[in-house]
Amino acid sequence: MITYITRRILQSIPIMFMLSMFLFGIVRLMPGGPLAQAERNPNVTKEQLAAQRTRLGLDQPLPIQYVKWLKAFVLEGDWGYSIKFRRPVADMISERLPATLMLFGIGFLITLLIAIPIGVYSAIKPYSFFDNLVTTLSFAGQSVPVYWLGLLLIIVFYLLIKNPFSTGPLFPAGGMYTVGKEGNVLDLIWHLVLPIVAVSAGWVAWYSRFLRSSMRDVLNEDYMRTARAKGLPIRLVHFRHGLRNALLPLVTMMALDLPSVFGGAVFIETIFSWPGMGRLFWDAARGRDYPVLLAVVMIEAALILIFNLLADILYGFLDPRIRYD
Amino acid sequence: MTDKLSTTEALISASIQPESLAALIWRRFKRHRFAFTSAIILLLMVILVLAAPLSGYSATEQNPKNGYEKPTAQHWFGTDELGRDTFTRILYGGQVSLAVGIFSTVFSLIVGILVGALSGYYGGWVDNVLMRITDTFLILPVVFVLILFSALLRDLPGSADYRNSVWIVIIAISAFAWMWPARIARGSFLVLREREFVSASRALGASDARLIFLRILPNSLGPLLVSATLQMAYAIITESGLSYLGFGVQPPTPSWGNILESAQIHVYRAPWLAVFPGLMIFITVMAINFIGDGLRDAFDPYVVHEK
Repeated sequence: MITYITRRILQSIPIMFMLSMFLFGIVRLMPGGPLAQAERNPNVTKEQLAAQRTRLGLDQPLPIQYVKWLKAFVLEGDWGYSIKFRRPVADMISERLPATLMLFGIGFLITLLIAIPIGVYSAIKPYSFFDNLVTTLSFAGQSVPVYWLGLLLIIVFYLLIKNPFSTGPLFPAGGMYTVGKEGNVLDLIWHLVLPIVAVSAGWVAWYSRFLRSSMRDVLNEDYMRTARAKGLPIRLVHFRHGLRNALLPLVTMMALDLPSVFGGAVFIETIFSWPGMGRLFWDAARGRDYPVLLAVVMIEAALILIFNLLADILYGFLDPRIRYD
Repeated sequence: MTDKLSTTEALISASIQPESLAALIWRRFKRHRFAFTSAIILLLMVILVLAAPLSGYSATEQNPKNGYEKPTAQHWFGTDELGRDTFTRILYGGQVSLAVGIFSTVFSLIVGILVGALSGYYGGWVDNVLMRITDTFLILPVVFVLILFSALLRDLPGSADYRNSVWIVIIAISAFAWMWPARIARGSFLVLREREFVSASRALGASDARLIFLRILPNSLGPLLVSATLQMAYAIITESGLSYLGFGVQPPTPSWGNILESAQIHVYRAPWLAVFPGLMIFITVMAINFIGDGLRDAFDPYVVHEK
């Protein structure tokens, strides 16, 4: 196991290298580069531009710039300096990451709580009325653009339906806390409802489908017949013997889906003004704050790589048939 | 007597007439009710979008006095903040969004098939190098990279022109979407290159290019067609998403995404503006997904349809 983990970690290093070179390259090699906007600004003189270039080290050869940047990024934890906010990017990211993790972590748990029973029931009773209904709904869930769903939720639950106990809206249209109620857990939950519904809808559709097919595969296995034959209650057969095995492929699936999860964060956090990484990235992109953009993409790619690795290792623990020699 | 005989002969020859692959797939596809209906809906959508000039309104002409009109007989989907007919704008926007979907699908499939074909056909170090590159692209947080990429492309000299924004989006989407078809193509090339018909062709002296494009590729058509539908659904959702965030198609060129973006700004005053563009994306993407499902079943010899 240890050798396997070491090998996997060693394998991810070249990938991370390639990725960092690629990202650094596209940001720096573009004719404009980090100073494109300043160059277009008629108020910025040539001397100021040159001084800025020296200050940012842009006058040095590209490989040297890359090595310096990578060394600072990995070894010194210096993720650059935001051009717009004049603050270290590392500070900005560590402020925003918890909000994203909270929103998507809770969304993920709720997704599992809904998707697992739906998937199991559809698999046990395939082509039943319930299964057909869920199949159709899941196509809808997978096709609905998350940004549009978010807007619809705001229209319905913020604009149209009012709170019967007060004159305010049923749910807030955005933000994390009501002004003056920072740190209030109930207020936080109130603000979490709509974004979580928007996040989970697509996931529930996708994972319940996935679990259905993986559960249907498991139901045909010999050990399931054995379990039934020895007289176990059917519920126990399905949940203890079936579900536990059917959940295995889901682990890998979820790790592979992580890039799109992060992608969803941009939309959800933009629509609901959620102060997370997605929103940070969007603001930075509009201001062409390249140090922030580069750092966020690097960190997310590293997270995705780490989660892929963890999923593989976890899979080995869950499924003893898998040997890593 | 002779008459009877010829009828029988005709019957026999008709029954042993081999069905062409296209006819077989079409027959099986039609049995998937949702997919068949979706194909018709998508066709209608294309016709509707192409008929945009017939709506009688301009997509760009402004008439602020008639802004924020609710849906009426004259303006089916209402008017936006500048008094433009939303229905007309959605039709023109649909031309752009569907075009982006089609072009991105074609480009990403071409790149993906090339990478996958080389990888699967030659194997060895070619496969190793190409698949490591593919893996690297697969762990990218795509939406973030697309925003970064299109922000960079937009800063290129000359690209500030809004007319180029459609191509920027197509290039950006294709550049980060070829990995999925590449994997599918690789998988089917790996299997097919070992088959007898390929060996036979090779023994007759066929070149690698001939084997790849004329022997193996046509036989991987099924999975690649299914993957094309997934690519198209993805491209349409992504284009709209990028435009919605302001990094896709730039106004005044309408697209479903940027109509939705401007609708969002006015959502408190005119919520209906936000409903229709998203609905069009939703219907189109769902139709494409159902078509993909139908194609998957149609190409899968093990699927038996219960009537």
